[in-house]
Parts: sequence; structure tokens; C-alpha cells
Amino acid sequence: MKLTTLFAGAAVALGLATVAVADGHEKTKVGFVYVGPIGDGGWTYEHDKGRLMVEKELGDAVETVYVENVAEGPDSERVMTQMALDGADLIFTTSFGYMDPTINIAAKFPDVKFEHATGYKRADNVSTYSARFYEGRAIQGHIAGKMTKSNIVGYIGSFPIPEVIRGINSAYIHASKVNPDVEFKIIWVYTWFDPAKEADAAKTLIEQGADVVLQHTDSTAPQAAAQEAGDVVTFGQASDMAQYAPFPRVSSIIDEWGPYYVARTKAVMDGTWESTDTWDGIGAGMVGIGEISDAVPADVKEEALALKAAIADGSYHAFTGPINKQDGSAWLADGETADDGTLAGMNFYVEGIEGDIPQ
Amino acid sequence: MDLSAINPILLIAALMSAATPILLAATGELVVERAGVLNLGVEGMMITGAICGFAIAVETGSPTTGFIAAAVGGAVLSLLFALLTQVTLANQVASGLALTLFGLGISSLLGQGYVGVKPPRMPDVNFGPLSDIPVIGQIFFSHDPLLYVGLLLVAGVWAVLRFTRAGLVLRAVGENHDAAHALGYKVVRIRTLAIMFGGALAGMGGAYISLIRVPQWTEGMTAGVGWIALALVVFASWKPWRVLLGAYLFGGITQLQLNLQGAGVAIPVEYLAMSPYVITIVVLVMLSADKSAAPGSLGRSFHASS
Repeated sequence: MKLTTLFAGAAVALGLATVAVADGHEKTKVGFVYVGPIGDGGWTYEHDKGRLMVEKELGDAVETVYVENVAEGPDSERVMTQMALDGADLIFTTSFGYMDPTINIAAKFPDVKFEHATGYKRADNVSTYSARFYEGRAIQGHIAGKMTKSNIVGYIGSFPIPEVIRGINSAYIHASKVNPDVEFKIIWVYTWFDPAKEADAAKTLIEQGADVVLQHTDSTAPQAAAQEAGDVVTFGQASDMAQYAPFPRVSSIIDEWGPYYVARTKAVMDGTWESTDTWDGIGAGMVGIGEISDAVPADVKEEALALKAAIADGSYHAFTGPINKQDGSAWLADGETADDGTLAGMNFYVEGIEGDIPQ
Repeated sequence: MDLSAINPILLIAALMSAATPILLAATGELVVERAGVLNLGVEGMMITGAICGFAIAVETGSPTTGFIAAAVGGAVLSLLFALLTQVTLANQVASGLALTLFGLGISSLLGQGYVGVKPPRMPDVNFGPLSDIPVIGQIFFSHDPLLYVGLLLVAGVWAVLRFTRAGLVLRAVGENHDAAHALGYKVVRIRTLAIMFGGALAGMGGAYISLIRVPQWTEGMTAGVGWIALALVVFASWKPWRVLLGAYLFGGITQLQLNLQGAGVAIPVEYLAMSPYVITIVVLVMLSADKSAAPGSLGRSFHASS
């Protein structure tokens, strides 16, 4: 698939390039490197929706190319190189594992602009961008804490990176706030996208007593597993996953990349593009909360929406003290909020979560 | 740590289900390789079977029809491989890899309209009072029919290869195609049939993932199971019962590591995550210490002129 899509992408790009030349004016070319298939219904699906928005908003002035299912590592360097050689002006690399490859390739193509999602390494021609998913996870955690009857919440983690750990902490803090007895069971699957594995992980958590399953992986397999189990609550991840609403999917965190992609592409066209670090949340519209379904009691829904509003207008921060680290040492004092640096590199659980983070 | 959270009965029942796709695909590939053909396209045939089975099951509302369609889909795709390797004498390794790429591509094309659709569910076999037996009932008599079909296929393949004339001919073709040809056996025809059988089983294995194990359609959902099945055939030294053992070991340890994580066992997760691969390989390598070797003509092209 990788190779075929690469060839197909290259062929299409070549075809389009010829058209552009025939037209007599150069189009701005935007490349997208995806970690999963665009039909995953989650992470990659939403990035591709962003790409389609660029095409729609900017019309004939741009052309976009994408390669899906690109493995993190050497494969991704090849894909990026190919895109740059094919004349891409701007390349979005949309997975954490593309961080080093993006920096490497950016050094080789100083005239090409790169945008890396969820990473922390920048260069003159490499921007980073990410969304504050943890804000959405606070709301999920709140609902999860209210909805669980067994007081066991299952969590499917992908890789033990700050992004995922932050999500676990945020969800746990807000779940335990409304339900002090709540316990998190965490399973790491070491993949972003493997429906069979995600389904197995969800089933295992359900067998071990979880009646709410949160996930930080990209497919809808956990929703399918929950649906089969009958009385298990899940949330859409990255995408709305509304096909499982109103139950088991009771709400969702949605990535809204489109406006950012359009703005950055425009910046390249205007020549105003410069390397920045963007980290926007619910307030800026980069994180959306999918409709909270009627399976959630009205008062819980109201509280969740109030929480969402407070986060959006900045009056509440998802990491507000007092919060201790897992080992009991103090982290945030009463009323203190976490700074972005600590959040970006978060590598510890907060107090109350059991188990170790794989090192 | 809370090991009591792990229910061994559910664990064993889950491992049997987790192992079935690998088992089906590996059993098919075993027959192909015993006929002297190396088809690396298992992953492609599985994913094609996954979407064919899913689409037909959704359209007809019958999972059984879906599984038949999956078998047909896998077999039809494998015919492409047969055409390349048996008629045009293309390199088997390259053709197999191409088949995987092709299968992944065509399945995502076919699957465009099926993302997010819920397939009809295949009911578990009703064993009546048998399933009420404590422990044993839940472990052995609480599954979907395909799981038992998989087990029967292993027994069937073993019996055919070992006790029947057809099995003998198939093995002869695999061990030395020139000798088999000299004896008057139709090497190409036999190999083509074996390839189609392998394709059908791989297709059913894929459909097991999309219809029973997950159950939904997403692109690339077989996520490497076909490659595991391929490796399993080699480590099982081309013996059906060892394929079964390997598949169950792999499925079992995969499930166990998920359960251990859920129970909060303090083993580094990376070790848990790689344990299915390592333990399956170690056990099968230990078992294969006997003199069994690969079929003599494995991977070699045959033409009647040589």
C-alpha cells in the first residue's frame, strides 16, 4: 500500500504538475503525510478532512497530495523526500513519530516549509502544531467518573509519550473529582491503529470490570467491542464516531485541523509563513466536543458543558492545583496551573493512578 | 497488582478467538508451501477476504454468505498470483509481495462505502446442554462456528496430507516437481489448486477479523496478521498441528499480556508486548529441532521443459 500509494501519489503529482505548467502559473503545492489510512474514521480521517478544506477554500490556487499508511521511521523520510522533490511548497507531517524524519528532511530542503503535528522540535522551516486534547479529556473524564457504576474506567493507551500521558492524567483528575472511588486500568497497545488489537484491549478491559472505556488510539474498534458488551460507555477519539451514538459513544473529542491548514497554506502563498509553535484548544476551536448524547443524564451533561465553557473562555485550566505526582510529591499548589513546558514534557502520572509508565 | 481480575476461563475463550484468523491463514499457506509454492501475499488475500466477506455479509444480511464470499474473494485474488507464478513463471517472492500491495489497495477501494457500517452478527453455535458444563462449556462450547471450522480444517489438512493419495501427490509436487512431472502429475494444475485453497483460507481468516473479532471494516485492519501467519508456517516446520499450537500460543500470549497490563502487573510493557512473538518463535524452534525441512522445491518455478 505504502509503495503503491507513493507511486500513485507521485504519478498524480506529476500529472498535476504538468497541468500547472500548461496553465502558465504555478500552484502552491501542499503535501500531507498520514500515519494511517484516510478511512480510519479517526485521526487520519480528520487530517484528511483538513486537507479537503484547504482544497475547497483555496480552490485552484493550491493542489494537495497525500500519502497514507506511512510507517514512522525511514519510510516516512522517503515519502517526505519524494514530496519535496516533486515540488511541494508546504508539507504537513501528521504523527509524533515523524518528528526526527521531518527535521532531517527539512535540513535538506531549506526552501520547503514543514509543519509537524504533536512534536516539539522546530527549525527555521519547521513549525509545530498540536491541539490541547487534554482539555477535551477533562470533559470526558468528568462524564466517565459520573457514568461508571463499577468505578473501573479502562484506558487504551497507544505509546507512553507525553501527549498520551497528559490525556490519562487529565481524564483521571476530572473523573476522580466527581467520583473519588474511580480506578483507572491502563493497557498500552503500542500502536496508533490496529483495530484487532484495540478490540482485544477493549474486551480485556471490559472483562476485568471496566464499564467505561477511554481510548487514545485511532480506530472505532473499541466502540464496536463496547456495543457488543452492551452496557459499556465509550467516547469518540479524534473523530466524532457518531455512528456509535447515542450509545455506547456518549460524546467525543474531535480534531479540527481545517482552519489551521487553510491559514498556514495562505501564509505560504503570501510569503508570511514563519516557524511557529501552535497549541490551541477548545477556545480556539482546534478541539471540538462531539454532541453529548441523551445516554448521559441531563445534570451530568449540563456540568460537562459548563466545564467546556469554562475551559473555552480560559477561566478554568484542566491542570489546576492542588495536584500531587503519583509518588505523593507535590506538583501544583492550590490554585496553581501547569505551565505549557511541563505539560509538553509530561512523563509522570498524577497521584491516584496505579501502575507504572513504561519507560 | 490484582491478578484476581484475570478470569482464566474468559482468557482461554478469548485466545481461541484471537488465534483463529492466524490459524486459518497459516493452514492455507501451509498447503501452498507443501505444494512447493511460496506465496507471500497472505496479508493481501486476508484483507481482500475481510472486505469481500464484510460487504457481502452486510448486503445479504447473512454472515455465512459473507464467509463464503470471503473465501471466493481470497481464492480469486490468489488466481492472479497463480497466473503470474505458474503460467508466466514470474518470481514468487516478488509476485507475493505485489499481491499484498495489490490486495491492500483493492480492499480499500472496495471498502469505500463500508466504513462505519455494522455487519450482521454470526450467532454462536448452540451446543445445548454442553455449553452449561462449568468451565469446559465456556471454554470449548461458547464460540462462533468459524472457530470450529478452523479446527476441523487443521485436522482435515493433516489427515489429507498424511493419509491420502491426493496429499501424497501434493507433497511430491512440493518436494521435487521434476520427478512429479516425470510421473505424470500435472504440477501446474496441482499448484494452482493449492494456491486457490490457500487464498480461500486466507480470505476466511480476514473475514473472521472484520465480521467476528472486531467487527467492522476499516482499511488496513488486518495490520500484519498475514505476515505472522507466514512466519508461523516456517516455525511450525510445515506441520499442521504445530501451526495450531503456534497460533494458540501467539493468540494466548497476546491476550495474556493485555490481561496482565489491565491487572497492573509490574513487568515492563515492552517485554509484554513482544512476548507473543518471542515465546511463539522459541517454542516452535525448540519443537523443530527434528530433521524436518522445507519442501524441496519451495519457491522454485516449474516449467515442463526443464
